[in-house]
Order: sequence, then C-alpha cells, then structure tokens
Amino acid sequence: MPAPLMPASLLEVRDLTMRFGGLTAVSSLSFAVRAGEITAVIGPNGAGKTTVFNCITGFYRPTAGGIALSPPGGGTLALERMPGHRIARRARVARTFQNIRLFAGMTVLENLLVAQHNTLMPSVASGLLAVFGLSGHAHAERAAIARARFWLDAVDLAARADDPAGALPYGAQRRLEIARAMCTSPVLLCLDEPAAGLNPRESEELSTLLRRIRDGAGGEPGCSILLIEHDMGVVMRISDHIVVLDHGRKISDGSPAEVRADPAVIAAYLGDGDDDDSPATAA
Amino acid sequence: MPARAGAALRDAFLSALVALGLFGVLIGLKTESGPGSLVLVARPWAVVIAVGLVFAGRLALLAWRGWRPAGTPSPRRLVAVGGRIGRVLAPLLLAFALSLPFYAGRYWMDLGILVLTYVMLGWGLNIVVGLAGLLDLGYVAFYAVGAYSYALLAQTFGLGFWTCLPLAGLLAACWGVMLGFPVLRLRGDYLAIVTLAFGEIIRIVLLNWVSLTNGPNGISGIPRPTLFGLTFSMGGGPGTVSHFFGVEPDISQRVIFLYYVILGLALLTNWVSLRLRRLPLGRAWEALREDEIACRALGINVTTTKLTAFAIGACFGGFAGAFFATRQAFISPESFTFMESAMVLAIVVLGGLGSQLGVALAALIMIGGSELFRDFAEYRMLVFGGALVAMMILRPRGLVSGRTPSVSLGTAKQISPDLIAQGRG
Repeated sequence: MPAPLMPASLLEVRDLTMRFGGLTAVSSLSFAVRAGEITAVIGPNGAGKTTVFNCITGFYRPTAGGIALSPPGGGTLALERMPGHRIARRARVARTFQNIRLFAGMTVLENLLVAQHNTLMPSVASGLLAVFGLSGHAHAERAAIARARFWLDAVDLAARADDPAGALPYGAQRRLEIARAMCTSPVLLCLDEPAAGLNPRESEELSTLLRRIRDGAGGEPGCSILLIEHDMGVVMRISDHIVVLDHGRKISDGSPAEVRADPAVIAAYLGDGDDDDSPATAA
Repeated sequence: MPARAGAALRDAFLSALVALGLFGVLIGLKTESGPGSLVLVARPWAVVIAVGLVFAGRLALLAWRGWRPAGTPSPRRLVAVGGRIGRVLAPLLLAFALSLPFYAGRYWMDLGILVLTYVMLGWGLNIVVGLAGLLDLGYVAFYAVGAYSYALLAQTFGLGFWTCLPLAGLLAACWGVMLGFPVLRLRGDYLAIVTLAFGEIIRIVLLNWVSLTNGPNGISGIPRPTLFGLTFSMGGGPGTVSHFFGVEPDISQRVIFLYYVILGLALLTNWVSLRLRRLPLGRAWEALREDEIACRALGINVTTTKLTAFAIGACFGGFAGAFFATRQAFISPESFTFMESAMVLAIVVLGGLGSQLGVALAALIMIGGSELFRDFAEYRMLVFGGALVAMMILRPRGLVSGRTPSVSLGTAKQISPDLIAQGRG
C-alpha cells in the first residue's frame, strides 16, 4: 500500500559496493531515503550496516557505486566523492557513533558549541581576527549558545550543561550525541544504534525524541533520519521505511508491516539451512 | 602485623640491594686527576649513605601505605583545590614578575630573563601539545628559525628588532605550516618522531649551510633592541637612552629593558592562548585532542585546524627565538639542540597539559631550580631525575591538571583530569 503522496527521495544509494581487500562488506546495494521520514537499516550482526553508514558519511570511500543527496534547497551532491568533513559541512549529513564519541573532557555545552564550529568560524582568518575582538564573534556566540540551549532542553540535559560530558550516565551521553549532531543543522541525521544499552523507558523517550526531530518543532525544520538499530521494538514503532541487509546485500525493503511479513527477513534472522549457501563475507 | 613488618623489611632490603648494585660503582668510585694520570678514589661512605637512604625511604613508603588514613583526598578534590590556589597564585606571580627589576640584582635579572624565555616557549608549545594534543618533539626548530631570521635580516638588511620580531614569527609560522602539511596525517608516536627529525634537520642545515649561516661559528654582533629608536649604548652619546633621560649609562638598564620585553612577549603568548581557548578555533583544538573522528563527523576540517595550531605555536616559538638572538647578540646551532625541545616539552608535561599557570610554575621550578642547584653540580641531575619520578607518581597529569570550561551557562566547574584525553596526535 503506497502512501498517497510519495515524498521525494533525499538520499539515493545506487549499486554501492565496498570491498576490504578480498572481503566484500557491501555488494551492489541500492536504496533510497525519502525526505521527512525515518528510514531504518536492520540486519544481523556483520550484515554491513555500519559500513554503509561509513560510506554515506565519508569515512570510507566506496569501491563502486554512487550516493546522491538531494537537499531541499535543490541540486544534487555526490557524497561518494566528498571528504568526510565536507559531507558534514556542505551536504549537512550528521551522524552519531555506535560506541559513543563525545568530547569527554569538555562540558556538555562545549560539546554543542564545537558542533557549531562552522557557523561560528566561517574561515580561519575570521577565527584569528576574533582574537582581537573583531569579526562580530560575540553576536554569533550568543546565537550558538541559544541554539545549544534549545537542544539541551529537547534532550532534557539543560541541568547538566556545565558538567563534563564524560561524567554523564550512559543514556544521557547517547542523547547528548544526538543533540550534538542536531546542532550542525543537518538535513539527514544518521544514527548508529541509538538505542543500544538503553533501558525500556529510555528507548521509549528516544522514540519520542526521534519522531520530534523528524517532524520538527520549536522553529526547527524537520530532519530526515537514517538509523541502524537492533532493538526491533524501537524500529517497528518509529520507522516509516525499513531496509534489511544480510551478508552485504539487500534482502527486503518496505514498510514495517511488509518487512515483518517477508519470509526472507525471517529466514535471515532465525537462520535457514537452505538459504545459507554463500560464505559469510560481511564485516 | 609482625608478618607485614617482616615483608616490608624484606622489600626494603631488596630495594637497598638494587640500590647497592646501581650505586656501588656509580657513586662508589670517582675519577680524580692525580699526578700524571687519572686515579680512582673509592668513596664507600657515599654508597652507604645512598643505600641507607633507599632502605629508609622504601620502609617509610611502605609504612605510609600500610597505615594510610581512610579518606585520602580524591583527585577531584585535589583539582578543586588546585583551581582555588590558581586564582590567588596567578596574580601573585604576575605581581612578582612585574616588580622583580625594582629589587633584584643583575644575576637574578638574567635568571628571570632565562626563566621567562622558557615560560614563553612553554606557553607556545602548550598550544600545540596541550590544546591540540599534537606531540611535537621538534619545537626548538621554530625557536631556531626565529633566531636566525632576526640575525640574518638584521645583518643583511639592517632591519631593527621591532621590525624583525613579527617577521621572525611569520617565518616560523610558515615553517610550521610547511612541516605540518606532510606530517599531520601521522598520529601519535609517528608524528613525534617526524617532528623530532625536523628539529634535527633544521639544526644540521644551520650547521652546514656555511655561506648563509656561518656554520658552527654562528652569527655574532646581532643588534640589541632599541626603545623607540633609542639605543642602550654604554657610550652615552646622543640617541641613547641614558642621554635622552639624562641618567648615567648603566648595563643594568638594558637588562631591565630586555626583562620587560620578554615579560611582555610571554604575557602576549598567554593572552592569545587564553583568548583562543574561548573562541571556536581553540575549542576545535581541544575537541581534536578529545576525539578526532567525532570532529570530522561534525564538519571540522581536521587538517586546517591542526595546521593553525602548529602555525600559531611555531609563531610564538619564532618570537622567542628572535628575542633570544637579540639578548645573546650571538647565536650558533649549538643553542638549538634536541635538549632544548625536550626541556620545553618537559616543562609543558610537568606543568600540566593545557594549563597556563602550571607551565609557568614548571618553568620556574625546572629552569630556576636547576640554576639554584648549580652548587651541587654533580647531584643536580640526580635531584632533577628524582623530582621528575616523584612528580609522575604523585601528580601524573602535571602540577596543575584539570581544565576550566571555556564557556558556561551557570557556574563553571573544574573538570577532573581523568576525563580529559591527552591526545594521540
């Protein structure tokens, strides 16, 4: 049952292949992320989910295939040819990490300000001029702090703004990492297992937060989300669209209900003797 | 209890045995120039004292460990105390530095200039190592570039100190960028080795490019700095400071002037690094030290950010070098050995990575301290090494560890050092 009005696709992955030496982690994978939706990538361990993420966010250069981003402003960017920091800056694709990567020795607020580095410091020259109080830095800094405050409230960390990020409890660190990614004003947010290690109440709160990010609130525009997740409760609850990977290939693609009913998915998760004739090749 | 005392005694005895093996020859035998040739003099009493000290010290340490009172202060509390002391100590140190010329003699002024030069170098290197987390073992290269820039510009084109100072900084910064471009893709130990090699390359080039640098003979007759065009000549003729102000010409006037110049330069370094820490660039440096991959994911250009840290650190090294040249009036490659890099790095690490006050204290202790121990000549290095070992055990993160947040919504709290990454390049 297709939706009555098909939203335009924001990200198109076409024939993506990633090889590490003789090991093929992802082989000719194609899928699309539609604007304004939450797309989940699921699959058993080693299916190549994180590799796909690393290709999209520029940490790996794909062996073959294309990744095209069509931001709402128009135009198309070929992500497979951009270095990592430019993907975050120009294409505005933000990401979080499977093993949380916060700036542990910096405060929560500083973490959110570092995320706004490129708005605060358009060029090295302006960054150096700011030493002498030039280049209108104070104004930009106030705006950045206001934005950080907004996201602190959104992830319920305002009371801990001045605490070092490394001292936060695990669940709060996960939320802070999402807030930090959102401070870069992304058009696509890539989350690598955001619910890992969260208790049921925390993953419920995470679902609410992700829906809120998708729809946009408080003057923030909505942001499409691409997530990898093992917690099927969260995936089925919030996803608009699910892509299932196994051994680096796509085995299913559709709405949560369709994917749940797909025999190939069930076989991949529960194991099926006949299906497994190819060697495990994923990283 | 007797069992534990016995174990402690045995432990102390073994330590004493190791000490005997080490010191037996090192301290026990001394070469003295006798009639005609060197003679060996045995010094059993010195060995006995050293071994006895080790035995007693080990026993005392074990005793303290055994009966340590419960509730030994946690690192977090020590950090908070450090922060409070810092607020009082920093202005006191500044007032002391500013007022030193009013009561100190020539020897103390010279020592003050030396200490301040290292404070400045330490603060400059602190930008690279402490903030950006890039281990630079060749910082002396930029010091050398600054010194030779001034010396050569002054001798070839007759430029004055104040014109050459910014040029020396700029040239050193250029070298920082030139070194940075190829090597910043390396991390941690590899970066350290390449910067170490760079420091040596600069020194060897200076040593061998005789037509430009006069090789090992060095450059002499480097002009002294002037005060708004007035020189500090002993002649006292027109155009000198003493003539202008109508006072007797005195060598101490120039020393005091030099002292204030280096104090000003050091404070400039301090001000710029403190200011940068609160700006996006400095925050990006610290973020880079904490997690480079996360920086990349947030759209920070890691290469440019590292290069600016290298360039700005190098720039201050260049300033210090130009000052060194004008103060000594003579420079040679001998002054820019690896030992200098190691000294400056030791100051930064001992002071506490990223801490301005810690670096100043460490420079004062290391340079001033080794100057004070000059009378003990042969034991100076022993004391020095012992102090370093003690420091690494008691305060592994440096004298002033912990970090003050660069921005806060409420009240800023010190961040405990065990949360702060030290940077892997």
